[in-house]
Amino acid sequence: MLELKGIDAGYAGFQALFGVSMRVDAGEAVAVIGSNGAGKTTLLRVVSGLLAPTAGTMTMQGTDLIATPPHKVIETGIAHVPESRRLFPRLSVEDNLRMGAFIPAARAKFHQRLEYVYALFPRLKERRTQLAGTMSGGEQQMCAIARALMSEPKLVLLDEPSMGLAPVIVSQVFDLVRRIRNDGYTVLIVEQNVRQVLKVVDRAYLLEVGRMKASGRAEELAASDEIRKAYMGL
Amino acid sequence: MDCQLDIFFLEAVVNGLLLAGLLALLALGLNLIFGVIDVVWICYAELVMVGMYGINYAYKGGMPFLVAALFGIVLVAIAGALLHFLVIRPVLETPPINQLLVTGGVLFLLQAAATMAFGIEFKNLGIRLGSLNIIDMSFSWSRILAFLFALAGMLALWLFLSRTFIGTAIRAISQDRQIMPLMGVDSRKLYLVTSAIGGGLAGLAAALMVLQYDIYPQIGLQFGPLIFMICVLGGLGNMIGGFVAAFIISQFIAVGSSCFHTEWGYAVAFLFFMVAIFIRPQGLFGSRT
Ligand SMILES: Nc1ncnc2c1ncn2[C@@H]1O[C@H](COP(=O)(O)OP(=O)(O)OP(=O)(O)O)[C@@H](O)[C@H]1O
Ligand SMILES: [Mg+2]
Repeated sequence: MLELKGIDAGYAGFQALFGVSMRVDAGEAVAVIGSNGAGKTTLLRVVSGLLAPTAGTMTMQGTDLIATPPHKVIETGIAHVPESRRLFPRLSVEDNLRMGAFIPAARAKFHQRLEYVYALFPRLKERRTQLAGTMSGGEQQMCAIARALMSEPKLVLLDEPSMGLAPVIVSQVFDLVRRIRNDGYTVLIVEQNVRQVLKVVDRAYLLEVGRMKASGRAEELAASDEIRKAYMGL
Repeated sequence: MDCQLDIFFLEAVVNGLLLAGLLALLALGLNLIFGVIDVVWICYAELVMVGMYGINYAYKGGMPFLVAALFGIVLVAIAGALLHFLVIRPVLETPPINQLLVTGGVLFLLQAAATMAFGIEFKNLGIRLGSLNIIDMSFSWSRILAFLFALAGMLALWLFLSRTFIGTAIRAISQDRQIMPLMGVDSRKLYLVTSAIGGGLAGLAAALMVLQYDIYPQIGLQFGPLIFMICVLGGLGNMIGGFVAAFIISQFIAVGSSCFHTEWGYAVAFLFFMVAIFIRPQGLFGSRT
């Protein structure tokens, strides 16, 4: 579904990704794990067009993503839940969801999609008129995921959904991830919480200072001594 | 000083209210542009002037007034979009002072062009709507209609902003510009649409003003500064703040004029403005950040 080959990317005078290649197949859940500053966020920003890569190729179901303008990437079926949620704090929950359905294809189905995400997250329906910025961290993460689902995407990009949340809420967030997988979405998730994320994905890649260091089935990586030592504190 | 709670005082209060509708409409347009694009159109009142001339010539060229008014709205909407496209967009990423300077430049350009094209004499559509007389008070219909249509225009904008996808994006963009592409929003297009709406509001104001005021190239100077004062008082970019501030300022003008002297009305309003801004530098409804 999504395929990256030899991607280089960075910020003015600083290269953050070096020849990154990876793929996500339809129906899979894939994680990219790595520590602070490894380039995980940069990778997702490249995929959704917020940052233009300086080398490499990138396709989504055969569409060349590099030639796609940033605001058109979502129309190829990619929805991005950005790092630290990035809801519109002074818009209501429902207006945030409306923004998620901005593209023409989704506008036509707005009410149907709204019913769908409210069924998936009944809490959001209770809070539909509340300003998004006044909700708890867990509720905001729920809203951010729901907003991404409004466009009826095929692939959902999740950037550290557990960041900044209390441990109890973290496991709830991973339950959410499991739920959207079971609902048929392909998921690409970036996490530092290696132990938990490896329980919800099929495969994972290990990113270290901008380079892909390892990849494999989630169970294999979870069993690897190197990863257990470096990332799971065992 | 001759300030009593008599019927003339009441007349002044009502006239202030009627003026407020128009000022609120103008403040709304400026706040909309500032809230979305983060640019102050210094030449906003000159766009109204362009609309007034447009309507004047369209009407005298034989169009019925309503058609001429519609023409004026479309004309200024296009002017607003062109202003953004030709003048603002090239300097959008540069320091804010540049944006102020270029729109300030457009102000002088439009005044000079209007003077050369239309001359300095006052123009008037010659439409007389008469007035509504209640007891000893008299309110001109042109003011009453201006008030009602200004309110209707603001209501229409509010419905658009709260009910449509583009309207929601207009409210969202200042809260997080960077992630707009993730929503599928092309910010450049949204800025153009907003500029056209801001222009359209100036065009509506022009259509309401040609029924009340003579047209001349410098007419913008008469109310432009007033609109900026209202916007700053309400909190720049805050649409509701601007609406409330328009009603406050126009009461000061109307009541001040009736108690003291016409010229004093503006002075009293400005004095209030300075005190209010001293106490709340962010504006009555602005947030501190
Ligand atoms: N806007 C930016 N300008 C310059 N450098 C940046 C910028 N954003 C990120 N970087 C740098 O790029 C590198 C990768 O950052 P990135 O945000 O992708 O890491 P990350 O893996 O998401 O980290 P974290 O887990 O802390 O979110 C870091 O060294 C970071 O300092
Ligand atoms: Mg990150």
